Formats: sequence, C-alpha cells, structure tokens
Amino acid sequence: MSVRTITIDDQHVSVEEGSSVLDAAKAAGITIPTLCHMDGVYDTGACRMCLVEVEGIPKLLPACSTIVAEGWVIHTQSERLKKYRRITLELLFAERNHVCAACVANGHCELQTMAYSQGMDHVRYDYCYPKWEMDLTHPLFGMDHNRCILCARCVRTCWHIEGAGTKNVAGRGGRAHIITDMNEDWGDSATCTWCGKCVQSCPTGALFQIGATAGEMTRDPGRLNDIITARRKKQWNV
Amino acid sequence: MERLKLATIWFGGCSGCHMSFLDVDEFLVDLIDKIDIVYSPIVDTKEYPEEVDLCLIEGAVCHEEHVEMAHHIRKRTKLVCSFGDCAVTSNVCGMRNALGKPEVPLEYAYVTLADTNKGIPNDPVIVPNLLEQAIPLHQVIPVDHYLPGCPPPAERIKALVLNLLGVGEPLSGEQLKFG
Amino acid sequence: MTLNELKEIKEAELAARKKTTIRCCMAAGCTSQGSGDLLKNLKAAVKEAGAEDQIEVRGVGCMRLCCQGPLAQADPEGPLYEKLEPSDAKAIVTAALDGSIAKLQTGDPTQPFFAKQFSVVLGNSGEIDPERIESYIAADGYMALRHALREMQPAEVVQEMMTSGLRGRGGGGYPTGLKWQTVSKARGDKKYIVCNADEGDPGAFMDRTVLESDPHAILEGMTLAAYAVGAEQGYIYVRAEYPLAIERLQKAIKQAKKAGLLGAQIMECPFNFSIDLRIGAGAFVCGEETALMASIEGKRGVPRPRPPFPAESGLWGCPTLINNVESFANVAPIIRNGAKWFADIGTEKSKGTKVFALAGKITNTGIVEVPMGTPLRQIVEEMGGGAPDGGTVKAVQTGGPSGGCIPADHLDTPVDYESLSALGSIMGSGGMIVMDETTNMVDVARFFMEFCRDESCGKCIPCRTGTVQMHHLLTKIIEKKATARDLELLEELCDMVKHTSLCGLGMTAPNPVLSTLRFFRNEYEELLQENPYAAPPVTTA
Repeated sequence: MSVRTITIDDQHVSVEEGSSVLDAAKAAGITIPTLCHMDGVYDTGACRMCLVEVEGIPKLLPACSTIVAEGWVIHTQSERLKKYRRITLELLFAERNHVCAACVANGHCELQTMAYSQGMDHVRYDYCYPKWEMDLTHPLFGMDHNRCILCARCVRTCWHIEGAGTKNVAGRGGRAHIITDMNEDWGDSATCTWCGKCVQSCPTGALFQIGATAGEMTRDPGRLNDIITARRKKQWNV
Repeated sequence: MERLKLATIWFGGCSGCHMSFLDVDEFLVDLIDKIDIVYSPIVDTKEYPEEVDLCLIEGAVCHEEHVEMAHHIRKRTKLVCSFGDCAVTSNVCGMRNALGKPEVPLEYAYVTLADTNKGIPNDPVIVPNLLEQAIPLHQVIPVDHYLPGCPPPAERIKALVLNLLGVGEPLSGEQLKFG
Repeated sequence: MTLNELKEIKEAELAARKKTTIRCCMAAGCTSQGSGDLLKNLKAAVKEAGAEDQIEVRGVGCMRLCCQGPLAQADPEGPLYEKLEPSDAKAIVTAALDGSIAKLQTGDPTQPFFAKQFSVVLGNSGEIDPERIESYIAADGYMALRHALREMQPAEVVQEMMTSGLRGRGGGGYPTGLKWQTVSKARGDKKYIVCNADEGDPGAFMDRTVLESDPHAILEGMTLAAYAVGAEQGYIYVRAEYPLAIERLQKAIKQAKKAGLLGAQIMECPFNFSIDLRIGAGAFVCGEETALMASIEGKRGVPRPRPPFPAESGLWGCPTLINNVESFANVAPIIRNGAKWFADIGTEKSKGTKVFALAGKITNTGIVEVPMGTPLRQIVEEMGGGAPDGGTVKAVQTGGPSGGCIPADHLDTPVDYESLSALGSIMGSGGMIVMDETTNMVDVARFFMEFCRDESCGKCIPCRTGTVQMHHLLTKIIEKKATARDLELLEELCDMVKHTSLCGLGMTAPNPVLSTLRFFRNEYEELLQENPYAAPPVTTA
C-alpha cells in the first residue's frame, strides 16, 4: 500500500493512496464542514461547503471528492473559505422556508448546526419565500420541500444502500426538487420499501417520521454507513 | 459611569423574547444598577425618547407602523439589536409570505373561520396596512447586533447585554442558534 | 472505398457541372424564410426553360449574410440576390440564361463582409450540397481520412494536431492536440469520441451553420480523431432545437456508412468506427462536458466534479475525447493541408481561424470566419457594417452568458484567447452580440443572469441559488430600489459564485455582471438610490 504525505493547516499527515482530502483531514483531527457528504454513499461535490485551498492550484477543490496527491499543502480555514461558507449558508436559508422554531428537526439539524458553527447570525439576502408543498401521503414518512437543501443524500441512499431507486431529482435550477418515482405521491409508490433509510439520511427536517412535532425528529445517518461496512467487510461497527 | 439607556420594543412577535428577557431573574437587579429602561412594553412610557443607547427589537416588520417606528428608533438610538428569530429571520411571521398576498391568511382567519362579523378589518386609522411580506428588521433599518433564538434563552440575552456593557465575549457558536 | 473510387466520384461530380450554377442557401436562416420553395421553383424554372443542360440549381449550406436572406447566387460572376421570394425564381433563371442581372435586390459579393473572410471551417459552406456526399467528395472530402489511414500512424495524426496549434473552439481554448494525446495514451479497452453540438449560447449559431452546411466534415474530423486515439464509437450530441442539422447529420451518417466511410473496415483498413446521434432535450448545461456525458449515458444531465477528466474517465468510465463542432471541422483541413499551413494562420498563441455569429445591433447579421488576431473593429465595423440606422456601437458581447462586454474604446483588441480574457471576456464558442448606445448595460447583465438562473441544473448551491439572488439584486438595481449596500452584496456574490461553483456554467455566470461593472460601473451607480432603507411595499386590503 502506497502512502501520500501532505500538509493540512500546517499539520503533516500521511494517508493511504486514494484517500480524499476529507479523509486526510479527519485523520489529522481537522473538521471540514460538509452538508451533502455522507459516509456510505458516493460523493457528488454539490454543496461546496467543503471547498479547500491547495497551494499551486488556482481552483478551490471539494475535499469530499478530491483525491490527495503527494506533497500537497492544503488550507481548510482561510478567511476567504470561511466567507464563502457563510455565503453558501445564507443562500440556503434564503432559498426555501427554513423556520427553525417550527421545524421537526430543530436542535438536530445539520443545516442549523452548520449555520451557527460558521458564525452565521443573520441572512443578508432577501428571502425568496417560495411556495412548496408537503407530501404526507405515505403512512410512515413525510416530505416537506420547504426544508430541503437538495443535498440528494436521500436519493443516493435510496439507490445505493437500499437499492430501491424510489427517490429522484426533478426540475432545473431553483425549481429542482426531490420526487418519488415518476413524480408521484409517496404513498402511491410501488417501489418504496418503507425502509426509512432516506429519512435517516436527511440532514434537515425535509424528511421525517409522521407524527413528529417540532424538535422531535432525531436521526443517525451513521447507521447507514454501518450497513455498508457490514456488507462490504462482513463486520458490524459497534 | 453614566447609566446606559435601554429600550425594548415588540413588533410582529409573540412576546416570547420579552418573557425570556424577564427570565434573566436576579440579573435584572444587577442591571438596574447600570441601566435605565427608558422605553419598553414593561414600563409606562408613551414617547420613544432621544439618545437611547441600546434598543432590543422583538418581532418581524409586518405593517406600516412597524416601518415608521423602526425608522424613528434608528434615528434616536446608538445600537439596535434584532431580538429573537422573528426580528432576525421573520420566522413564524414570515410563514405567511409563501402563501402569496397577505389577504390569503386574512381571508382564512377573518372570513372562512369567522362565526360572526365576517370581514377583513380595514380601517387604516385603527388597523395599519400590512406589508406585502413580513420581513426581518435589517431589511428596513441598519442593525448592529443579532440575537437569534425562538426565544433567545435568558443566558444568551444576558451574555449579549454584558458584552455591550464591556464584559465578556460577543455571541458565538451555539449562542447564534436559530430556533 | 478505395482511393480510385474516391477520385472517380470526384471526377464524375466535376464532369456533371454545368455552365452556370445557381446556388440557393438552404441553411436554417434562409429556409425559415422560404428558400425551400425558392429552390423548388428555381429547379422548375430551369426545367420549364429547357435549360437543364446549361444550369445546375444547387441547394447549398449557409451563404453567411443571414439578415438579407433568402440568398441565391448565379455562378460564375453572377450577382448575389437578396431577400428573395419563391416567385423570384423565374427572373433569376431568365437572367442567368442571357447573362443579365434580374431586377431584384442585389448585394455586392466583393464588400468587406465577404472579402475579409478567410475560410477553413466554412470552406464548403455555401458551395457544396450538404445533403450529397458526392458534393463533399468533389471538394476533396474524405481525402484527409484516406491519407491518414493509409499513410500515417495514429501517433502521427496526434502529432500533426499538436503541431497545428489548434485550440478547442468550444470556449475553453485547451490545446486540441494535447487532449488527443492524453486520450490516445489513456489505458482502456474501449474509448469514445464525442462531438459537442449542444450549442446553446443566446445569439450563437456558428455550430448550427457548420452542421447544416458541411455535416460530412464533422464525420471526417471525428473519424480521424477515432483513428488517432483508438476509438470505435462516436456520439454527436446535438440539441433538439436544430432539426435541420439533425436531419442532415442523419443523412450524412447513412451516406458515409453506405460508402464504407463509417462502420467496419473503413477505407478497407483494419479500422472500425461508428457514429450515433444523441439528441439533447433542451438543457443548456448539457453543453458542459460532464453533464453531456451523463445525458448520453441516459442519466439526469448534471455536471460532476473534475478530475477525473473525460480523457481519463468519461463515458461509462472509459477514456473519452470531447471536442466541439468547430474543432472537429478544423481536423480534415489540417490533415489535408498540413499542420504548418494551419499554424501559419492566426497569431502565435491562437492559430487558425474563428467563426463568429454576428447578432444584435449590427447592420450585417450573419456568419463570418476570420483569422485569429483580427481586430474586433474590423469584424464589427468593417465587416459587420457597424450599428444600423446611423447608431454607434457601444459594446460587443462575446462568449455568451459566460463571456463579457467589451466597450467600444477597446475595439482595436485583436480577437485571440489571451486578449479577450485580459478584458474579462472570453472567446467562447463565437457568439458576438453588438450593442448600440440605446442599450442599458445593467439590462444586458440581467438578461444573461436570467438565462443562467433558468439554465442552472440545480445541483450545486452557489449556481442554483446564487444566480437567483444575483438576478434579484440586478432587478432591484434596475427598478431603482437598490442601494450601495446591495451593489456591494452583488459584487461579493459574483466573486463567491465564480470561485465556488461546481461547473463552468456557474463559474462564468457572474462574468456579464463583472465585465459590465468593470467598464460601465456608472450605469449601475446612476440607478442606486440614496436612502438605504426606504419603505417596503404595503398592501391595502
């Protein structure tokens, strides 16, 4: 096995060849903020929260989907990156109707946590206040598009962990949204296995268990990674 | 040391932030040594005075009177603080915005659900005209400090006031949590 | 197909030529105004006059001066007839027979618009019949392929492309030879060639012109590429909005297959290559190479992070060579005439020619091909005839929604990759939109932002919602509801979207704003209002 030695935020780290910048940072005990990344499913580089600077490379690179090369000097916490992360969060809060106080995920939400950990105390852009519907047709689970950030973790979970292929993305730009099957009511889905893995994967309150009220929706996306580890390595993480 | 002049006011909100303010309990007693509360729903002042040092504004900006008052306060106040999620994000007040014009929820509340006297109240002398959207305070006047939370916990309010009095750090991390 | 057979077709085609040829433009611009009926009538008029042995009526590709179409010209040395009606056919034929000029609107074929053009890519455009392979072969078509397959090693073809200095005509300007070399060296059992014909910039119609006028040149270019890098399958990804281009490509592929120029054992060499069409469903972002590949694979057309680049891992994970239409159209001429011939055209760093589509407030709307390094002024004022109705040119927008506005006082800038990017614009694929003094630059910026907002795929946050906010801020400025603070927010957001977006669409979406801010900042500032916090709109229920 070949090793790559790199520097992250002035720390020297040696990682396995083929490791992502995110893995390397984790090994060095450095937290890079992420939203669309989830252990157990492939990365898409969509949320842009994990962008890092690599000396000698003009473009910012997503830590989740960039494989480290020998000798890289990486910065994860520059003022510029912090500014961009804050703007990204502001854009997300302004995009749909994220009313933390009335949300099932209040207190257990990755978006909410990310916002305060990145020092976002208000949103400078005008809120869009779009009109989005809820899908409450499924007996066990609900989907509130108002709280969706389109990380597509549910889609990847549904396709690649459960293998059902029920969840998808439809529409373009600001009208992009998560759909069930061919844009049907979730309750009518012939492919949904009712496994609930998508609900576990959701970083916000967009997917929830029916009956959960404000602040009641807790979840553990780590369990999904345990399933993948169990399948691949034939062992359960305890 | 000159005593600090503090004002608080309540726009489109539920008064929860003011309740939370009262939850600072005995800290209020310490505060009284250092500040005068010159204008607030909890004191009996009719006119917003001049040269106020700090004003905590609770609630979203929902109608014309809020806008006028916000401008008035800004002129007479050194530091303005958005007090709670409604002032910072429009929060629950802003949930009507996604429904379209304000007539939609008004119609529902005053006509569809009304048992008697059906009709949307519309005397501009008594009932101020609603803004098309309920909006955060900083879209109407410049805001110096943000105190998120629904309501902000008493400890958080205390931390902000202490910081403005020159004690302790500015709010950070979990103290900035919405909801 | 052997060399002799190629030559026989060419000779037969040339021998069949008549004393006079009437060329009638059959590209989309002219056909949309009735040149199809005109062509029919011309043929009927020749038959009626019993002049079939003297006059050939030929439907040809784009004759370039689109704004004066439908166009037709009688060779040799006949006038260029403009704004024709189908009923004008008889007059044209009669005039051609007695050597006179019909009493119709005529244009001067020696005017700068035509005289200053230099054709490499469009050499056959307006000359050959794009629907007949024989017509292409008569213009030395497929000779380059024959030469490469019989006389050159694949590595030599790659080397020839490197020496030519050709850079990608899709906008990025990446050296084409280098890309070919990477794919040829990439390890993989299967490799693919993709032609990006998803031209989507507003006001751009260069690639459409090439596809409609000379489809076999694209097939030959792709086949040469396939031979050079070792691919057996190619795809042309063409947008559904180009039905005529699709029809002609389908015909061309069918003809090439029948002639043994596509398929198995091409030119009786141990080399197989097939080309299939893939029709885009209208997403602008599918012009981005990774989104385009996702679309070909049957997935939702959204980009993915690069690396890995398509040259290493493209279609279905295989090494894939993606070039745009104009790049492929340059290949056969380079192989036919030699890399040195090509490298002598243009500037030191930008070789060859570039096709531009002139549109907007310009007298001569149409297609021009000029050597790289030609000053913008020559293209816009001399060839394009400047702004119509005595107006003055205020700015030129190049590169579509990814490009920028170049103000009139920079018109002496030579058109090459470096000079344009130094001005904050890009070469892009070749759309050139001219604006006169009546154009407000903030409106222009908002127009392009609206385009990017609507065409964002929705995958990454900066592009999906950053474009929404930038468009909103621009609207506020135009409606005089914005303040200096809003302008600051806009500039900060431009910087952020430019540096954090996932693909080129997002990265370049702020360019029209940034470049108009750079050269026309006063137009923004004039619209700002003093009071930073005016009253928001109320409702009086």
